[in-house]
Amino acid sequence: MTALPDSTRRRLGLVIDLDTCVGCHACVVHCKEWNTGGYPAPLSDTDPYGADPTGTWLNRVHSYEVEAPGRTPRVVHFPKSCLHCEDAPCVTVCPTGASYKRTEDGIVLVDEDLCIGCKLCAWACPYGAREFDGAIGVMKKCTLCIDRIYNDHLADPTPACVSTCPARARHFGDLADPESKVSRLVAERGGYELMPETGCRPTNRYLPPRSRGPAPVGGAGAEGGEGGEGRSAPALADAPPEGGFLGWIDRLLSSQAPAPRGGGPSDPSDPSGPMESR
Amino acid sequence: MHPAYSIIFFTAASGAGYGLMFLLGLAAAASAVPSGSDGPAFAVALVVALVLVSAGLMSSAFHLGRPERALRAFSQWRTSWLSREACLAAATYVPAVGLGAGWWMGEPDGGWRYLGLALAAGAAATVYSTAMIYRSLAAVPRWSTGWVPAAYLALAGASGAVWLAFLASLLGSQASGLAGVAVALLVLAGAVKGGYWRAIGKRRAESTIGSATGLDRLGPGLDPGLDPGLDPGARVHVLDPPHTEPNWLQREMGYRVARRHARRLRAVTWGLAFILPGVLCLAACGSSGVGASAALGLAAASTSAGVLVERWLFFAEAEHKVTLYYGNRRV
Repeated sequence: MTALPDSTRRRLGLVIDLDTCVGCHACVVHCKEWNTGGYPAPLSDTDPYGADPTGTWLNRVHSYEVEAPGRTPRVVHFPKSCLHCEDAPCVTVCPTGASYKRTEDGIVLVDEDLCIGCKLCAWACPYGAREFDGAIGVMKKCTLCIDRIYNDHLADPTPACVSTCPARARHFGDLADPESKVSRLVAERGGYELMPETGCRPTNRYLPPRSRGPAPVGGAGAEGGEGGEGRSAPALADAPPEGGFLGWIDRLLSSQAPAPRGGGPSDPSDPSGPMESR
Repeated sequence: MHPAYSIIFFTAASGAGYGLMFLLGLAAAASAVPSGSDGPAFAVALVVALVLVSAGLMSSAFHLGRPERALRAFSQWRTSWLSREACLAAATYVPAVGLGAGWWMGEPDGGWRYLGLALAAGAAATVYSTAMIYRSLAAVPRWSTGWVPAAYLALAGASGAVWLAFLASLLGSQASGLAGVAVALLVLAGAVKGGYWRAIGKRRAESTIGSATGLDRLGPGLDPGLDPGLDPGARVHVLDPPHTEPNWLQREMGYRVARRHARRLRAVTWGLAFILPGVLCLAACGSSGVGASAALGLAAASTSAGVLVERWLFFAEAEHKVTLYYGNRRV
């Protein structure tokens, strides 16, 4: 029945650390690898090696650049899979009963044998968590690797994406239990939910990237050694001072005065870079 | 949203069909069906309505990934508007076929009145639940408004009325009054559709790329003097999409071809769906014979073509919140 449970005993979900995610897409690949087997049909790809490849993926990594005044623009890699919402709109719109949310752990699943492929659940999901598999005409989605997390034979019964993450940026656990590791992480790091204004009440949480403070005044060069802080340098330092041959070229090209000849190639770690020589 | 041809045809054809059924049902309920030789004419109109509705329903099955499992869609009427639509559509066949048989065989009176009421109610409820499928999708804010069911009902009534006037004149019945009803319903439908477009034009976006990713919290915000509509918080840009090629989500929810031409297509809708059929029906009010039939036939064709354009726009103008993750700034 596609009615949502009033409450679930546990709320299993993911906590994703945007501070440590390096955007390697390993979780994406392992998700695809694991979920392509063990289900009625593989996660199909169409024209995978051709000019217009497309495929079914239950987990994706987006990469964003975030700009704010007074701060260095930064890149944030942003993995996204089903958030296993408490008020999952994808479940209630399902006309066949194929979509359901489990009372015991809150996992949202699709019974692929009941799905008629009307795609309405994908329209209902504001997060783009549902994925239509054109090869067999049914909807697929993240199962939170339900065939792993309850498998006592696995040494690491966590979802594939969690087990594979080399940066340990993905955490799996019960978010209904305030003492669980994931709940403590959310509390400590200010974990947040995506688009709270949709009212879907997603289970998964994202840990924001840690603040790196205001933009270093001297640009990226400020990290290089003592005396880096508080230096004043032109705001438009367009290349970091580099050592060795490239650093010499850099200094040569950026100073029109014949200073390098007089001073000779300086120590690459010398914080007085090319801009400071002016 | 990607406009699927099968769904556009389904909602347009079944809208006209249910509009016809609604008016025929009301006519039967009010005992306004002319007696004697006109009975079969109304039976024919009901058959046309059934053909339109059935063709639409069959077309809607084409967009299913697994059409052979379509019967399962009748099971979740407690929660799903799509399931309710399927159940109501099936249930409406009963009074439709009953009333048609009655008109064909003889003079409907007495108990037929209740059958007419049931038909009108079933037709209206089916169109309403079709519209509620869209109305209930909070992820598509331009659909998530009360104007959507109003516009679906009004357009179904108007296109059904134009078709009924045309069929009545074709079958030798008195069509002047029906053409007048069609003009009134066209004006109403135009007003409701105009209201919908006004409402979505005035709506303020509630979600941004910043709230979708939560990354707006990474900064205090850019100078608000730069752009009054700018998202508060840090500015988020797409650096790399998840794939080298667009994926299914982008193709299904990120359709934007007709959005560029929205102004022109709205003008086409005004002309084809409302103004031209309105003028033609008005002209047919005061005349009879072949000229009136021709005018009403043209009006019926025009209004149906206009509704197809309107439905296309309804899909193409709708923006889905998932597009925020792919670079759309606010929805």
